[in-house]
Amino acid sequence: MTITPASVVSARDLGLTFETNDGPVNALTGVNLDVNKGDFVSFIGPSGCGKTTFLRVIADLEKPTSGAITVNGTTPEDARKNRSYGYVFQAAALYPWRTIEKNIALPLEIMGYSAADQKARIDRTLDLVNLTGFGKKFPWQLSGGMQQRASIARALAFDADLLLMDEPFGALDEIVRDHLNEQLLKLWDRTNKTICFVTHSIPEAVYLSTKIVVMSPRPGRVTDIIESTLPKERPLDIRESPEFLEIASRVREGLRAGHSYDE
Amino acid sequence: MRRLTSLQTFLVLITGLQFFTFYPLLATPYLSGPRWGAFLMLPLIIYCLAFSLRRKRKKPIPALEWAALAYLIAFVPITLSSLNGFGSEAPPTNYWTTVIACIATAWLLNELLSSSNYRNAWVARLAFYAAPLIFGLSVLYLWEVLTRGLHIPFVLLPPPSMIWTRLIHSLPTLWADFQQTFLKAVITGYALGCGLGFLVAIAIDRSPFLQKGLLPLGNFVSALPVIGVAPIMVMWFGFDWQSKVAVVVIMTFFPMLVNTVSGLAATSSMEKDLMRTYAATWFQTLVKLRLPAAWPFIFNALKINSTLALIGAIVAEFFGTPIVGMGFRISTEVGRMNVDMVWAEIAVAAVAGSAFYGIVALIERAVTFWHPSVRNARTV
Ligand SMILES: Nc1ncnc2c1ncn2[C@@H]1O[C@H](COP(=O)(O)OP(=O)(O)OP(=O)(O)O)[C@@H](O)[C@H]1O
Ligand SMILES: [Mg+2]
Repeated sequence: MTITPASVVSARDLGLTFETNDGPVNALTGVNLDVNKGDFVSFIGPSGCGKTTFLRVIADLEKPTSGAITVNGTTPEDARKNRSYGYVFQAAALYPWRTIEKNIALPLEIMGYSAADQKARIDRTLDLVNLTGFGKKFPWQLSGGMQQRASIARALAFDADLLLMDEPFGALDEIVRDHLNEQLLKLWDRTNKTICFVTHSIPEAVYLSTKIVVMSPRPGRVTDIIESTLPKERPLDIRESPEFLEIASRVREGLRAGHSYDE
Repeated sequence: MRRLTSLQTFLVLITGLQFFTFYPLLATPYLSGPRWGAFLMLPLIIYCLAFSLRRKRKKPIPALEWAALAYLIAFVPITLSSLNGFGSEAPPTNYWTTVIACIATAWLLNELLSSSNYRNAWVARLAFYAAPLIFGLSVLYLWEVLTRGLHIPFVLLPPPSMIWTRLIHSLPTLWADFQQTFLKAVITGYALGCGLGFLVAIAIDRSPFLQKGLLPLGNFVSALPVIGVAPIMVMWFGFDWQSKVAVVVIMTFFPMLVNTVSGLAATSSMEKDLMRTYAATWFQTLVKLRLPAAWPFIFNALKINSTLALIGAIVAEFFGTPIVGMGFRISTEVGRMNVDMVWAEIAVAAVAGSAFYGIVALIERAVTFWHPSVRNARTV
């Protein structure tokens, strides 16, 4: 097993089986993947194919039952304890007793940022997700999409080099989604973060990623890894270019193949 | 025109029928008190009724409510003060129809107040607080009229007026009892019992073994009758209020422990995962996630305990106490057949208990404002 120093996530023959009351569930089998520093990796695949589970393994929220995985060259547990990633859950998971501001401040408080620094970071990230002016509201006073954006802001507020995002834009309308896609690309470009991004949308995956991981279910495994040939500079209308469409059709074929295996 | 529900219409009809039976009564020597009020109010009632029946009003004023209120102001004092005039005789039938009409009108007023949406915020707030007040006053009114009108022996149930007179004339005694039982035993025991329950719940948080072992014990102790524990505590801690504190501590400790333990377990796995991704310590997770999520449970215990503590302290005094205290007073005055004093003491206990509960509930609303049960209740 060789791990290049630039490798942020490196999985070798990774497998995870949940022991449930109805018998074992194979959520992941034989996953081999390298995510390099500065990569933007999208995970795409039908529901239940283990995308969330894989992200959770990286985040040390789930222990693999076979194979090996390193995060930032160490075990996922050490990486978590070093606070080396920010996680955006599939649901917003904001605390209802805290205002939006205070929710964003939560990781900052835990990691011991100074009050002034907290304030600056809250303002900056609220602006990033277009929620300026909503900081004093409580989560239950906002729409589902606004809550999801607040949870993205919370993950961006502290300096983690690795961002794990589980369908962060799933609940948003097309226009806001475009805007946030652009913002995310800019942020990624500026900060040189590594991003693992789960999505169900092929255009979104192709538009954002340098690498697209196509997964298929039962048992969850990686069926195709597509390296994007798109330039790093990506205006929104790149989505009409032939290059873009070609990658999109490759992803679609990969997804279809996974599905037909199923039937 | 305002649309009335069938219940409201029925109540209006009952009150209307009373008019035919009541006015002959005014001429009899039975009635005493401000009987002219009935005549003065009559035009006002009729005017309000007519007003409320007018069609096509853009902003309906609560005319029917005013009519009901005017009716009550006219007839409740008459029915009450006439009670003196009956002596040992039974009141005539048309007296009782008036009483029934008063109750029907109070009920109608409450129905109207709670079913209408008043535009003016102040009127709406007034209606919100008036409804329970009217209900309470109606109960007192009925109690007074029935016990005195039916000549129920005072030993069985004294009328509220008698209890009130006794209460006013025994304030120093009642205050001393209140101090002894409520301020010393209840408050101290409540604070100690709840505080200990809370601290122990946090102390055993990391030990599933202790949690599993202590919770059944908690249920067991909750099932212990105070009657059994109180005499033992009196033997251990003496006659004064300290033994009552011990009883209250025993009664309040386990509800607090059990509720805090389940409150601390009430966070969702995603909320906890979030803390895990921040590599938060146990203490940080406790303070920033699990305690806030546990507040609704903890306040539940605080509310249950506020009533348990009072019951415990009063009952414990039945088993030995210096010659002061609410429980002591109740048990000795019952022996002397001074039931009015017993009821005065009960009234003090009821008011103190409700106020205690109310304060805890108010704090709860402020602390758990985010909880769906509080958010949804905030309509006024
Ligand atoms: N805690 C768990 N216990 C048992 N089985 C689980 C658990 N978590 C996930 N699974 C199973 O593992 C499989 C993969 O689940 P996962 O959540 O990773 O899917 P996903 O790709 O994220 O799907 P979606 O796109 O719907 O979010 C599913 O079959 C699911 O039932
Ligand atoms: Mg998922």
